[in-house]
Amino acid sequence: METQIIKFYQTGSFAVGNRLLDESQRSVQANMRRSNSLNSGHRACQGCGEALGARYAIDAAMQATSNQLIAVNATGCLEVFSTPYPETSWQLPWIHSLFGNAAAVATGVAAAMRVKGRQDVRVIAQGGDGGTTDIGFGCLSGMFERNDDVLYICYDNEGYMNTGVQRSSATPPAARTSTTAAIGEEPGNGFGQGKFVPAIAMAHEIPYVATASVAYLRDLEAKVHRAMSLRGARYLHIFVPCPLGWGAASEDTIRLARLVVETGLFPLFEAEHGEVTGRYQIRHRVPVEEYLRLQKRYSHLLGKRPAVATIARIQAMAERNIRRYGLLGEEA
Amino acid sequence: MDKLFAITLDVGSSLANKTGTWRTYRPVYVDRLPPCNNQCPAGENIQAWLYLAEEGRYEDAWRKIMEENPFPAIMGRVCYHTCESACNRGALDEAVGINGVERFLGDQAIKHEWRIEPGSPTGRRVLVVGAGPAGLSCAYHLARLGHAVTVLEGADKAGGMVRYSIPKYRMPREKLNQEIKRIADMGVEIRLSSPVSDLAAEMKKGRYDAAFVAVGAQLGRHLPLPSSGGVAVLDAVQILRDLEHEEAVPLRGRVIVYGGGNTAFDVARSAVRLGALESLVVYRRTREKMPAHRSEIREALEEGVTLRCLSTITEVGTGAVTIERMELDAKGRSQPTGEREMIPATTVVLALGQDTDLGLLTGVPGLRVENGLVQVDRNLATGATGIWAGGDIVPADRNATVAIGHGKKAARQIDAWLRGEVLRRPAKPELASADMMNTWYYSDAPRAIRPILEAVRRTSGFAEVVGDYDEGTALYEARRCMSCGNCFECDNCYGVCPDNAVIKLGPGERFEFNYDYCKGCGVCISECPCGAIRRVPEAI
Repeated sequence: METQIIKFYQTGSFAVGNRLLDESQRSVQANMRRSNSLNSGHRACQGCGEALGARYAIDAAMQATSNQLIAVNATGCLEVFSTPYPETSWQLPWIHSLFGNAAAVATGVAAAMRVKGRQDVRVIAQGGDGGTTDIGFGCLSGMFERNDDVLYICYDNEGYMNTGVQRSSATPPAARTSTTAAIGEEPGNGFGQGKFVPAIAMAHEIPYVATASVAYLRDLEAKVHRAMSLRGARYLHIFVPCPLGWGAASEDTIRLARLVVETGLFPLFEAEHGEVTGRYQIRHRVPVEEYLRLQKRYSHLLGKRPAVATIARIQAMAERNIRRYGLLGEEA
Repeated sequence: MDKLFAITLDVGSSLANKTGTWRTYRPVYVDRLPPCNNQCPAGENIQAWLYLAEEGRYEDAWRKIMEENPFPAIMGRVCYHTCESACNRGALDEAVGINGVERFLGDQAIKHEWRIEPGSPTGRRVLVVGAGPAGLSCAYHLARLGHAVTVLEGADKAGGMVRYSIPKYRMPREKLNQEIKRIADMGVEIRLSSPVSDLAAEMKKGRYDAAFVAVGAQLGRHLPLPSSGGVAVLDAVQILRDLEHEEAVPLRGRVIVYGGGNTAFDVARSAVRLGALESLVVYRRTREKMPAHRSEIREALEEGVTLRCLSTITEVGTGAVTIERMELDAKGRSQPTGEREMIPATTVVLALGQDTDLGLLTGVPGLRVENGLVQVDRNLATGATGIWAGGDIVPADRNATVAIGHGKKAARQIDAWLRGEVLRRPAKPELASADMMNTWYYSDAPRAIRPILEAVRRTSGFAEVVGDYDEGTALYEARRCMSCGNCFECDNCYGVCPDNAVIKLGPGERFEFNYDYCKGCGVCISECPCGAIRRVPEAI
């Protein structure tokens, strides 16, 4: 009989930790001495995906840089809930200037470190989707094209949540926000608008672009590590559900971050110099309804008379992502 | 004041902000009852021993089994493992191969000669009547509790129905002997060929403080069949007993076994192995109604045993028997049709169930016997002070696993009684049902296949049919366990908390909530793979 050695560790790398794995193979978040860069007591809502994503990413970057890290923050939820004067939740050097200039400030910090000869100190700029895809987009594009030595992280919760759930250019079609009401012929946000900044970042042919989701911790940490191993402009776009803005239950944050990937609505991939070099392949494919159903911002699509045509258009977006990024693997 | 321009306050930490006050629900760690444990008639803590086995701690895992059940090598073979039917993993891919892992651990113990020490002597003496699974299990647990135990057994070998009704191809005798010997090595005195005819007299003579009676159901049930005497009509229990004693057994030619229980199939499969021309099982109801275990029927069919359901034997002639076809009525009961048929037969074996011989209990005051069964309360106490009963002689399912559970339960009751205490049953925790699990986190892993002896080799001897897991496979299978309802330290709660409100206490120490900061979002509850966190409303 032919035998094959299978290494099997119960939950493998799906769970945060795994007592059956060697310590060195476990996630940063499983470590008892993780840096908890974003500490307890912050004022984010219950079940905040952004607070989680920020700790995941910054803890991983802290580990990758032996804690030699400075963070520059754009205005937004993350900045507001973490630093109400005079308290801070940040356990690393952290600076905030304006809504739209985080990338430019980070460029300056990186330049200062270079002048001081501190090549060991690395710089991260971070912001929400509003500060990244809209308000700070000019500064971001400039940072990319100058190839400044900064990792820019966008925590994408698909809207301006801090100021009252207004639409941003990252708000998905059909979603209800306070500026895209669920009324009229095409209720909610329109189709064919907005932008997918990871693709725009790739067009700059910068050294590294990646997407991640808070439901895929190991993948997220690996991407932060990869980014920190490189120099030059790098971009990481993390999908972070917002229970408040999306009308979702606070306990569903990770579930939503998982379903958006398993439906194909949010592709997980990485790219170097404009070329896709890795993609996450869907493990348990699900129809988009399963993702939409958990969120009140889509409730006008479901209910007694579901908006079949609109749901089909959203499903088509998922199919397009699956085709474009090859999310189903070779056999599918 | 040497503060910077426009700064009036020192930089403070957000730790001053106790966000725990926002909470309306709190997460609480719980240990729920895994369905396998709930199902196990012997009360094994299956999830707990699989957890230890997952880490390769086989001896610890074995000792965990031994807290409840002294026969893992036996159970890993003859138990009908209803735990696997209850396993939540069954809904995901396939149930965990619990039985195979148990057998691996039992065999490891035999190989490495792991032992269990008896408890420190209490000076109390307990009599156990019957060295079957119930009696030996009781003796083992009593010995662990420090009592002096004497087991009196009527037969010339210990093991009861495990020995005398389960053929060697299912239960190799060296494993059986080893597990019994381990109990004898603890100081339990097992006296063979010592039938008890008068329990009261025996207890008085031996100055026993208490007794556990588990003499089993060993009398094959008979059926008066009109017979012309040309075909031998035999008793299944007697045949299996003769097989154990390696006496000549007249299972030749065309063997017809009448009955649909496990014993019927044990005889039919033995007949195949002894070279019978044909081995036919005749049963009056449908195949679905057969009390025999599915695996038993399947393996019998693989070996060439044939079935004839909805049929009764009405007459035994010369070289043939008369069979009447039955059919189901509206209520699903089988009714005679009057259609008869002769089929050739050399031997007919009756396997129609077994009765008890409870002569030894005659005259015991307070003890009640109804329909051939000793009446006991839920703690297995008979109406007679100081006498407990279990196994096949009390009203319950008749199998070795149930009997082992009885032995344990009686031992714990006897021990409490001897100490003048009343044993309190701990409240059963809530069942860990499949809907409490988040199965996303478990790696996809189909069940390992246990090697099965080829049918050709099975029909030519009594070699064991179901093979062992090797170490790698046993480890793999243990790691398929989802640890339903019990924390297995996957770190998910620690990782997914947006507020760092979960404190990791270190390997083996699990976690604690920091309610100063926990906002009660419930993400940890949703993302706990095994359902070990409960949502509890805050009193506001």
